[in-house]
Amino acid sequence: MAYLLELKKVTKRFGGLVAVNRVDFTLEPGRIVSIIGPNGAGKTTLFNLITGIYKPDEGEILFEGRSLVGLRPDQITAQGISRTFQNIRLFGNMTVMENILVGMHTRFRASPVDILIQTPRFRREEQQLREEALQLIRFVGLRASPDELAKNLPYGEQRKVELARALAARPKLILLDEPTAGMNPQETAETTRLIRRLRDELGITVILIEHQMRVVMGISERVTVLDYGEKIAEGTPEEVRRNPRVIEAYLGRGVAIGAIA
Amino acid sequence: MLRAKTMEWVTQIRNGRSIYLVGVLGYIVAALLLMNWLSQPGLRDAVWYPLVSALAFAAFLGSLLVIYYAPLAGAVKAILGLAILLVLLPILGVRNTFLLEVATQVGIFAAMALGLNIVVGFAGLLDLGYVAFYAVGAYLWAIFGSPQANIAFGTNRFPLEPEWFFLFLFLAVGVAALTGILLGLPVLRLRGDYLAIVTLAFGEVIRVIVNNLDKPINLTNGPQGIRPVQRPPLFFKPWLSALGIRLDDPTLYALYFYFLVLLVIGFAIWLARRLENSWVGRAWTAIREDELAAQAMGIPLVRMKLAAFATGASFAGAMGMIFAAKQYFINPESFTFMESIGVLVMVIVGGMGSIPGAIVGATVVTILNLQVLKGLSLMLNKLRQAGVVIPIINFPLSQWPTQLEPAKYERLVFGILLILMMILRPQGLIPERRHRMELAEALGREERAEPEQLPVEEELPPVIPAPEVRPTRD
Repeated sequence: MAYLLELKKVTKRFGGLVAVNRVDFTLEPGRIVSIIGPNGAGKTTLFNLITGIYKPDEGEILFEGRSLVGLRPDQITAQGISRTFQNIRLFGNMTVMENILVGMHTRFRASPVDILIQTPRFRREEQQLREEALQLIRFVGLRASPDELAKNLPYGEQRKVELARALAARPKLILLDEPTAGMNPQETAETTRLIRRLRDELGITVILIEHQMRVVMGISERVTVLDYGEKIAEGTPEEVRRNPRVIEAYLGRGVAIGAIA
Repeated sequence: MLRAKTMEWVTQIRNGRSIYLVGVLGYIVAALLLMNWLSQPGLRDAVWYPLVSALAFAAFLGSLLVIYYAPLAGAVKAILGLAILLVLLPILGVRNTFLLEVATQVGIFAAMALGLNIVVGFAGLLDLGYVAFYAVGAYLWAIFGSPQANIAFGTNRFPLEPEWFFLFLFLAVGVAALTGILLGLPVLRLRGDYLAIVTLAFGEVIRVIVNNLDKPINLTNGPQGIRPVQRPPLFFKPWLSALGIRLDDPTLYALYFYFLVLLVIGFAIWLARRLENSWVGRAWTAIREDELAAQAMGIPLVRMKLAAFATGASFAGAMGMIFAAKQYFINPESFTFMESIGVLVMVIVGGMGSIPGAIVGATVVTILNLQVLKGLSLMLNKLRQAGVVIPIINFPLSQWPTQLEPAKYERLVFGILLILMMILRPQGLIPERRHRMELAEALGREERAEPEQLPVEEELPPVIPAPEVRPTRD
């Protein structure tokens, strides 16, 4: 089966620290997979490598068979990879609608000339994409008005705007960095359902970084565990849960031995 | 369309809005009467005359602001505003060309503030060397529109005929934009403070180059500057004569530059507004808000920043050229760091990112500089000559050192103005729409219409294609 995303021996060092160490990772289209690991394991660094914020020191990253290494983040987004951020990074002084329209940046075709003389093409495109933004707002279940400034929204709503903004580019692959961080159980359940719908209804492949095991175990088809930048385990949630190295990484050696015994 | 507008207008007047119209008209008439009274010849020698006339002119220009804020139909506002700018002000200006001179200078700075507003206000790139582009435009025409080019290139083809002015106006826009791109390419990878420092240096570099480019080939004539700079053709003079209007050439030129500047401002506003409400403007705002997130949304940072730089620079280029033609003479002194700061102050005072703000900021600062401070200086001079002594401390004004003339307080005034703005109104005189929304938010949500309740989980929007791929495991 052709992989949507393929990482081959990807390594990233910051000075003496090896943040990501020879990680291999493959992903078929249509999956929901999770990356877990203790704090500082290199999960977010891995996202930053895929989205082009960092350049890998070694290794290869292929998306639909084409290398992403050396492309700028905006070029990678244009290839069909969107992301959200661990600490929400909305454009605070822009409205919900504007945030989503910025997310659609790669899809605007109107030229500056179209903009200046407001050709029908410009108006039509603007109109269409605004309508689509409204649909996205409904899709993620946002209750706030589209004209609200993003920074005035409550936390959970901001997460939804960020998701809608990432969806706006019509990605093939979406990277969600701790989408349920700071949420109560009810919001977490809602978000979990939403993530499943991304795949089931929109056909988007999903990679999650997640700390809440309930979410990870509930929706991932495959879990990859990182520790100190290395991939220490991979498999179904059930396999990973029983893997002694994983238990050790999370809970310490003593506990791990106890658990096996 | 027109008919509908007229109907709307009529209903507005019937609905009791006419009181506002009367108020606005009353204000304009009062300002006109004041200006008219001040133009009596006998008053000119009065000690307070320079200051009061400056304030009267400011009040007159303020009528545009009154119109802007009055709750009137858009068409009414447009008619009133255009009547002031296109009819009343020129008439006053013909009687007193100094007013026209001030208005033109205000316009030049307003267009520059509009340009800088795109760079600083929209895209959030702090540019402290904006005057460099102004200089580029000015010298472009000064060199080719004067005999200077003969010295530099050893011909006798120059100065170019006045008709070339208009072609060069487009050239100045292009060359300034190109300069912006050339500067931007290496510089725009820097962020925040570093960008500010490098652009500051660039502004100074251009001035120093211009100051020293009289050797080995004399291109700019160095510190002596270039004179005389060709003016645009007075093509409409025969038409005016045919209409029976006879004005001397200086007045005609003053009017000419006034209308030219007005035209460029109109174009600048149009351009800025169209860009603001498109993906270009949104991308600029996104970069200002969060560069990393903006790039993650697929915005090519360098390209969009260059676009902002080039657009802003092109306004300055056009205005530099008009300035050179208007002044008849330019030298490097006109393009100092203080000019960059001045335009930045205009943008900040008006409200960063706000188009009307940039214009109001330019008006306030320019009138303060050109009229109020100069007026105070003139007043002081008159008092000094009259031998007035400050009471109590018994200090004769004739001993007041010339270094302390108000006209030299420009920097002090910029500083005080900025401090006051930061304390009292950090969002600017006419804040950007977003900041206004923020304010409205703080004043209470209940005043705003309840947002439409959107159903939480709805069927998938049809625009998004149904998935082909199915998970293999579940």
